[in-house]
Amino acid sequence: MSLALMLEQLLNGVQFGLMLFLMSAGLTLVFGVMGLINLAHGSLYMIGAFLCAAVAGATGNFWLGLMAGIAAAAAAGALIEVTILRRLYARDHLDQVLATFALILILSEGVRIIFGPFPLYLNVPDMLRGSVDLGITQYSRYRLALIGFGIAVAVGLWLLISRTRLGIQIRAGESDREMIAALGVNIRWLYTVVFALGAALAGMAGALVGAIQSVQVGMGEPVLILAFVVIVIGGIGSIKGAMVGALLVGVIDTMGRFLLPRAFATFMEPSQAMGVGAALASMLIYVLMALVLILRPKGLFPAHG
Amino acid sequence: MKGKFTTALAALALSTGMATAEEVTVGMITTLSGGGAGLGVDVRDGFQLALDMAGEHNIRLVVEDDAQRPELAVQIAERMIQSERADILTGIIWSNLAMAVVPSTVAQDILYISPNAGPSALAGANCHENYFNAAWQNDMLHEGAGAYANELGYENTFIMAPNYPAGTDALAGFKRYYEGELAGELFTQVGQTDYAAEIAQIRASGADSIFIFLPGGMGISFMRQYEQSGLDLPIVSAAFTFSQDILPAVGSAALGVFNASQWSPDLDNEANVEFVAAFREAYGRIPSLYASQGFDTANLILSAAAKADVSDRDAFREALREADFTSVRGDFAWAPNQHPIQRVYIREVVEVDGEITNRIVGVAFEEHQDVHGENCAM
Repeated sequence: MSLALMLEQLLNGVQFGLMLFLMSAGLTLVFGVMGLINLAHGSLYMIGAFLCAAVAGATGNFWLGLMAGIAAAAAAGALIEVTILRRLYARDHLDQVLATFALILILSEGVRIIFGPFPLYLNVPDMLRGSVDLGITQYSRYRLALIGFGIAVAVGLWLLISRTRLGIQIRAGESDREMIAALGVNIRWLYTVVFALGAALAGMAGALVGAIQSVQVGMGEPVLILAFVVIVIGGIGSIKGAMVGALLVGVIDTMGRFLLPRAFATFMEPSQAMGVGAALASMLIYVLMALVLILRPKGLFPAHG
Repeated sequence: MKGKFTTALAALALSTGMATAEEVTVGMITTLSGGGAGLGVDVRDGFQLALDMAGEHNIRLVVEDDAQRPELAVQIAERMIQSERADILTGIIWSNLAMAVVPSTVAQDILYISPNAGPSALAGANCHENYFNAAWQNDMLHEGAGAYANELGYENTFIMAPNYPAGTDALAGFKRYYEGELAGELFTQVGQTDYAAEIAQIRASGADSIFIFLPGGMGISFMRQYEQSGLDLPIVSAAFTFSQDILPAVGSAALGVFNASQWSPDLDNEANVEFVAAFREAYGRIPSLYASQGFDTANLILSAAAKADVSDRDAFREALREADFTSVRGDFAWAPNQHPIQRVYIREVVEVDGEITNRIVGVAFEEHQDVHGENCAM
């Protein structure tokens, strides 16, 4: 096993983790601030990807598409918050799960009615095509850009939360909802903004990832499951936890898929080792989640102490 | 008196039976949502087109979405048999769903005619007189890819497929004919969307070529990422990963790939020319091989329904075995295990008039039959 291969896999893991972070950041904020379980977060990811593909297809410009995707996801998020979710904050989690699950079905069917059942074409922007020579290995230019993008968004989000008035309100909302309402913060407005922010991040992830994956109905649900794993590991409500959790899940999942079959091949027949290794690798992050739940039931960085 | 009455009734039944044949209820369980939706939609549309083109017929078609979930497919099958009184089930795309539904269906004396999935288990020891496969046994097209890899002079191929029955069949089929070395062998997850870890291993393996089986959205994701990876090894495959349902989304990354198929849109026979034109007219897109299989399945059922009453299972099965229909793939014959014996073509992905599609460039096998039939007692 060469150094080049290890480096490439590590980059893959980090890139995957950063995209997961974009998804989980919104999910964890919404849960932390509003106490809402939003299963429809994956649908916002899908909306971002579809709008990006449609606008990029019509204009030939990926960046316009990306902006359209982010804007559409944020708008859809705000609309859903104002019309539906607002009524659910006082209800228990089961009602929220039921309502947001219904939203998944409605949004998926809606996207299918508008865009049809076949996957859409979305290409990587010209300037990010092809690969870069990293000395010991080639690496996809677009994936490198995704790493840079993910880091930039994470830094931006950290500045927003720690340095701005909105950030103070979000943090206050996480620790004590009643108190900040009593202090005169417009909590309804804050909730809508936070939800739209989370939706925009999901839409951004969908649009960015859509260029190297398949833009299709239902693309958000597998990512949603991983995002839940991430926030459970990281600690619900914590942005820092989402970052660490996402990177852990990204790197462990990638490395597991790569190393486990090889490990089994040292003492098993290759094709058998491949099957067993692949099956075990797909369980690895859930094992990690179970371990974290046993050792630190509130996650690695619990938001509420 | 009573004897006369039954005779009269029987005569009446016989005479009306001649005029308007008994209705045949076909339950179609297929994937219409999620990442595999394109495949199911094409099977459904191809099937419906055949019914529309037949004009007057006695088929009642009931369609339901299995969402690519085995447990849901089993529930739908039960409901179609119990409430809809289906005589024939069809439509399943994915082999793991077929394995969940077909054995119990055929055991209840309901016919199952597969328009797609052809797991090896159902072609061999578990073959059944009520199970027909109008498409292929899973291994078949991959065997064609393996044989063609030899012809292309590939000596060190990296092979990869999802970890489910059709994936294991695919790798087994490829290896059965491929004579070179294997640079590596990988199972991925069904529905996987990121292939960075796999592409890195292909790069490190020193392979001279790649064989993949990644149907539906999986193929789109892999090809888009492969295009950006800086790797430029030739790919050989079966039709599924380079089928018309995903080619528009894959784009130019797929150009030049050789893939094995029993059918192609440019196949030059009368039935196919008519089918491709009618499909484009009706749905505004080029049909995929799944659409051709749905079309053939419907025509097979129509041909049998014109000859026999479905309530007489023995007669209906016999009518199905005659395969008295014109397949859009050209010659069609049954092997004893009720899977097709057919020609396997090699296609190349090309761009024609701004559309990315396939064109036939060669033949891998004439009159090809699957190997599992020898374990079938029929």
